[in-house]
Amino acid sequence: MGRITLNKVTKSFGETQVIPPLDLTIEDGEFTVFVGPSGCGKSTLLRLIAGLEDITSGQIDIDGVDATAVPPAKRGLAMVFQSYALYPHMSVRKNIAFPLRMAKMDQAEIDRRVDNAASVLNLADYIDRRPGQLSGGQRQRVAIGRAIVREPAAFLFDEPLSNLDAALRVGMRLEISELHKRLETTMIYVTHDQVEAMTMADKIVVLRAGFIEQVGSPLELYKSPRNLFVAGFIGSPKMNFVEGAEAAKYDAHTIGVRPEHIAISATEGVWKGRVGVSEHLGSDTFFHVHDTGLAETITVRADGEVSFRHGDTVFLTPREDVLHRFGADGLRIG
Amino acid sequence: MARAVTTNRKILNTAVAWSIGLLIFFPILWTILTSFKTEAQAINDPPIFLFFDWTLENYAVVQERSNYMKFLWNSVIIAGGSTVLGLIIAVPAAWSMAFVPSRRTKDILLWMLSTKMLPAVGVLYPIYLGFIKLGLLDSRFGLVIVLMLINLPIIVWMLYTYFREIPGEILEAARMDGASLREEILYVLTPMAIPGIASTLLLNFILAWNEAFWTLNLTAVNAAPLTAFIASYSSPEGLFYAKLSAASTMAIAPILILGWFSQKQLVRGLTFGAVK
Repeated sequence: MGRITLNKVTKSFGETQVIPPLDLTIEDGEFTVFVGPSGCGKSTLLRLIAGLEDITSGQIDIDGVDATAVPPAKRGLAMVFQSYALYPHMSVRKNIAFPLRMAKMDQAEIDRRVDNAASVLNLADYIDRRPGQLSGGQRQRVAIGRAIVREPAAFLFDEPLSNLDAALRVGMRLEISELHKRLETTMIYVTHDQVEAMTMADKIVVLRAGFIEQVGSPLELYKSPRNLFVAGFIGSPKMNFVEGAEAAKYDAHTIGVRPEHIAISATEGVWKGRVGVSEHLGSDTFFHVHDTGLAETITVRADGEVSFRHGDTVFLTPREDVLHRFGADGLRIG
Repeated sequence: MARAVTTNRKILNTAVAWSIGLLIFFPILWTILTSFKTEAQAINDPPIFLFFDWTLENYAVVQERSNYMKFLWNSVIIAGGSTVLGLIIAVPAAWSMAFVPSRRTKDILLWMLSTKMLPAVGVLYPIYLGFIKLGLLDSRFGLVIVLMLINLPIIVWMLYTYFREIPGEILEAARMDGASLREEILYVLTPMAIPGIASTLLLNFILAWNEAFWTLNLTAVNAAPLTAFIASYSSPEGLFYAKLSAASTMAIAPILILGWFSQKQLVRGLTFGAVK
């Protein structure tokens, strides 16, 4: 079980309030991702849940029990750190066994669980090595192994993949998702990478300066961002924003169009512009179109086959059914 | 050509390093050599380097005249006692400074170090009087306390620096893994800090062993360590260089041997790779 409820939780460091009063419920078994730009308070929020930081006011419940004053060791949560935080003087086996040893479990049960975790995470070959002799990906798996053996109420991940190279990151992302499917344990995952958030989460919590901007499933956030910040943060490449007369046509202060919702043509369309940089990804091509009179740059996502050269005049047509409208206060209309 | 230049450079560097090393070691070497000469050869002009009549006579005389073992034992007690006592006090202090720093932590550290800038003789008078009142003069216990206090700032600083190297996240991981404070200290921090604690211990043992100002001023007969043993050969009946050298050699031998063996211990395991 792992239902976590935050009730009017705040956190201040001295005079500065980093988390203003915040309410949030994380359901049992849910994969929740805290996402936001650096300094938005997402790691602090995770550390408050872990108990590594004391909350300034409010209450944290874990499975209906007030855990606000419970020390981290007694909360029944497991954490995977960005730096892995393995014990350098212990072998992989001892690292994974450490939480079980602290729980005074008997040796046979410890061995059984460690061997099980090692085979699940493909660590059996390295079980007697020290962390210093492992690669980044292997260390990350040891850290995950150390977390899963305890069978915690919830897993907390603090940017666990940011020290890995791009290819490894994609692989580990899948491994963590599969782990969640199999264990069905609550997971809270902190990242600044919206791709990780979109691909892994059941529920995304978008944070900015300690405030929750929006909570929802990845597709809810993609389809109906509540405000300009979420609209700009979720989705890659970023949503295009157009203000002024063009927006007024739609009774909005700002309209937002995702790059994948704009058709590009050499002959006809609603907006006219000139092609700047083209980014060819093979499957897709991103065109950065200038001189439209709408915004500095309009980014368009087109099929990989489509080809325009630098300086070509092109016509753009936004799909009106997936157009996002925002008021002067930055909030979504309709 | 470039390769030749680098090779020459290396030879030069090696030569310079060796010269400096020998320059530093020379007084010790000379002392050891002199201890094997006769008194006449010891003061010969020009000095004789290696070709003299090697003799153990000086050692025999020194042994006969004074009880080396008593001085040695005093040195061990005083250096060892002050180091262990210092560590017991400094570990918790450095601990809290490294892991639970406050706004004043840096100031406190600097203030502690500033006490080392005071010339020792400046506080000799009050400490001497205090020792008389407390009846600590010429006692090993008194010297243990004084030397511990003298070296405490250095012990705290060194341990603080080593503890700072230990990533806080590892201790947090231990906390998340269910370790109590005692278990966190026992199973995680201490094993990781052992190289640091060992080198602190060694350095302070050497500092306390070689300390001469306080040991000479606060002891007479009962608590006199090896520094006093050397000093007792330095002047009263004229200069006996060879015997003085023999006494010196006997005094520095234990610490030289200790340093030689522990240096290998200290180099090992200073760097680990759990946190990138």
